[in-house]
Amino acid sequence: MSRKRLFQISRRDMPLVATFIVFLLLYAFGGFSYRNFMTPRVFLNLLTDNAVLGITAVGMTFVIISGGIDLSVGAVISTTAMIVAVLTKAGMNNVFVITIALLFGTTLGFLMGGMIQYFKTPPFIVTLAGMFFARGLGYVLSLGSVPITHPFYTNASSIGIRIGNGKLSMPAMALLAMILIGWFISRRTRFGRNVFAVGGNEQSAILMGLPVTQTKIAVYTFSGFCSAVAGFIYTFYTLSGYGLAAMGLEMEAIASAVIGGTLMTGGYGTILGTLLGTLIQGLIKSIIAFNGQFSVFWIKLFTGGMLLGFILLQKIFVYGTKSRRKKR
Amino acid sequence: MGGKLLEVHNVYKVFPGVTALADVDFALERGEIHGLMGENGAGKSTLIKVITGVYQKDAGTIVLDGQEIHPTSPLHAEALGISTVYQEVNLLTNLSVAENLAIGRQPTGTVGIDWKTMNRRAAGILEKFDIDIDVTELLGNYSIAIQQMVAIARALELDSKLLILDEPTSSLNADEVEKLFKQMRRLKEQGHAIIFVTHFLDQVFEITDRITVLRNGKYVGEYATPSMTKLDLVSKLMGKSLDDLKNFDSISNHVETGDDANLIDVKGMEKTNYMNPFDLKVRKGDIVGLAGLLGSGRTEITNLLFGTQKPEGGELHIKGKRVNLNSPRKAIAHHLALSPEDRKQEGIISGLSVRENIVLALQVKKGWLHNISIRKQTELAEKYIGMLSIKTSGVNQPIETLSGGNQQKVILARWLATNPELLIVDEPTRGIDVGAKMEIQRLLVELSKQGMGIVFVSSEIEEVVRCSNRVYILQNRNIVGELLGEEISEQEIMVRIAAKGDRKV
Repeated sequence: MSRKRLFQISRRDMPLVATFIVFLLLYAFGGFSYRNFMTPRVFLNLLTDNAVLGITAVGMTFVIISGGIDLSVGAVISTTAMIVAVLTKAGMNNVFVITIALLFGTTLGFLMGGMIQYFKTPPFIVTLAGMFFARGLGYVLSLGSVPITHPFYTNASSIGIRIGNGKLSMPAMALLAMILIGWFISRRTRFGRNVFAVGGNEQSAILMGLPVTQTKIAVYTFSGFCSAVAGFIYTFYTLSGYGLAAMGLEMEAIASAVIGGTLMTGGYGTILGTLLGTLIQGLIKSIIAFNGQFSVFWIKLFTGGMLLGFILLQKIFVYGTKSRRKKR
Repeated sequence: MGGKLLEVHNVYKVFPGVTALADVDFALERGEIHGLMGENGAGKSTLIKVITGVYQKDAGTIVLDGQEIHPTSPLHAEALGISTVYQEVNLLTNLSVAENLAIGRQPTGTVGIDWKTMNRRAAGILEKFDIDIDVTELLGNYSIAIQQMVAIARALELDSKLLILDEPTSSLNADEVEKLFKQMRRLKEQGHAIIFVTHFLDQVFEITDRITVLRNGKYVGEYATPSMTKLDLVSKLMGKSLDDLKNFDSISNHVETGDDANLIDVKGMEKTNYMNPFDLKVRKGDIVGLAGLLGSGRTEITNLLFGTQKPEGGELHIKGKRVNLNSPRKAIAHHLALSPEDRKQEGIISGLSVRENIVLALQVKKGWLHNISIRKQTELAEKYIGMLSIKTSGVNQPIETLSGGNQQKVILARWLATNPELLIVDEPTRGIDVGAKMEIQRLLVELSKQGMGIVFVSSEIEEVVRCSNRVYILQNRNIVGELLGEEISEQEIMVRIAAKGDRKV
């Protein structure tokens, strides 16, 4: 079966292609409706404004592909930012602060992964507990908002590469870097492929001799790391730590993955799709902001509709492959 | 050849209430294909699971390559050089064929996994099996047969000393079986040893060098394949030596009334890859035995008759009227009843009481709107507990606390409560003690005398002979013969089962 498939899109890539088409349509819609929409500046801002969501969604994508879920990510972002704010205020060294901040999320992810694997507890419950724990810790550190005044953070927003009338900011660069890392792990490492194996059929993965336990724990650890990085990036925007920050971001991260073609049942998904899923959500926000007449609630409404649409699309895709299997 | 590759000595495996393996020996030479055979409950899958570390043995020794081993998991066994391909394919349908072959040991380059090399190697591996497929396609898009071949190819790539094939051919067609055998012979020449578990007689004689037979968890013997005839093997599997066959008194004494109408009459019923077309009839008061080896189609027939599997062709007449049974509910409405083979899985509802288990089928028949009152339920339950002498402390005792024989009686009671005209019983006496067996046999004969038609499946040939007044012989999912009244004897049944499948009726 050495058919040439130069212009043929494999059925497997259909969800990704569909997501890309939706992205292009939305972008074109914005471009035709509003002047200045199709400028480098708007596009680069799209990357900057959605960096935190996108970075978190990379970790979330791995978790969902492995057949799990991570509800703690929003809380970890907020608490990481809080740790940075409080420790910086206390006058600690920047490198030390960043290390502690990243370690917190990563360790929490590791512990949750261990709980899920060794005590056979559902990921939903364990990460829900992790979410409450992280939020609680944030409030313990400070009830109110803690400002960050260190020049390292206040100057960070001016760092960036000029492109046309826009700027590739540091958060945008971090997002692109994390996407690249995520893509590499998912496609080019054994660990990445094991994640797909575990999500596809855990029993088979065990019988095939794959390191299922390590893989599952590593997936939650990586997700914790991603949300910690996102939390650190978050401080560049807000220049503060606040216990109520990034509320509900876990849901947006799940939406990014699902819009991007990741199956909630595990086993299928792409990092590129997750990037597109994040940017689609960002585009909806931008278009509504450009319009100026709609309230912010429309954002949720459109995102909700989009999410439902994509889930239906996936169902069609899944049934499509099933009926095909029967034919052979 | 230096010494044995694998030696299993005096292995015991006890599960609560059952001794699955008792004092079992097994020995495997280097470079041989060794058939492992046995009927239901013989212990062959338990033995395989002990060797592959799924279960831990309770006593005995396993020696691989001169060293005693204690495999603790399939992974551990694999590391020791024992790979297994199971009947159900344990691969990943969400990944490509190539990945399934390579996962865990993908070739890597400077930038991680080298997909090109991986795909090329995978195609090369499958080429050896004459399988030309797109290895970048998802495994799930291919047929089970292809998936099975991929699983075998994967196991072989592990470079194992010992390959266990656990009924690998059940989903393969003749062509694919030939390809598999070709590979098995090639491996044998290279000095690999293979344990081949199957219930297809022809295949065993074609490919194996020696055969070990187990029966009821016990070691029956080890035989050189060429020295055996099919009839020898069948008699070993059935646990009967041809010389000391007694002629059992038939306890069935069906009175021929000449032209009784058929209770059910099946013509050409079939289902692809499940059961070949067959004809079968049962009259009032008949006990019709189905005799054949495991996998010959006994259970398949019961499922097709009762509508748990939908037939794809053929006709079914009940009392002369053509009906289309495509669900058990319809079958129950037409006064059919099926007591299934696997009591634990498909029969008893544990957690419910004896009373609830007994009224279950009747309730289904009546429909959920016509609730049977507790008083009525208790009456019914008490009636059948008395009639079948079920040993229970009361109608409300949880069913799982009863002994196997009594559980079986409860299931019979469940179906008798629906007043069936045709009762299908699949292995009703398996795993219960001799006394209880006799009781159930007598009960079946008693019921037939009252005019009930009975289809009786058992791997104990003696039972079939004792109870039946008509026996159908099954081979490889075909009905290949029919014995009536006086013709029915253990000898005749075994000869027919072992015969070449050319006596189609």
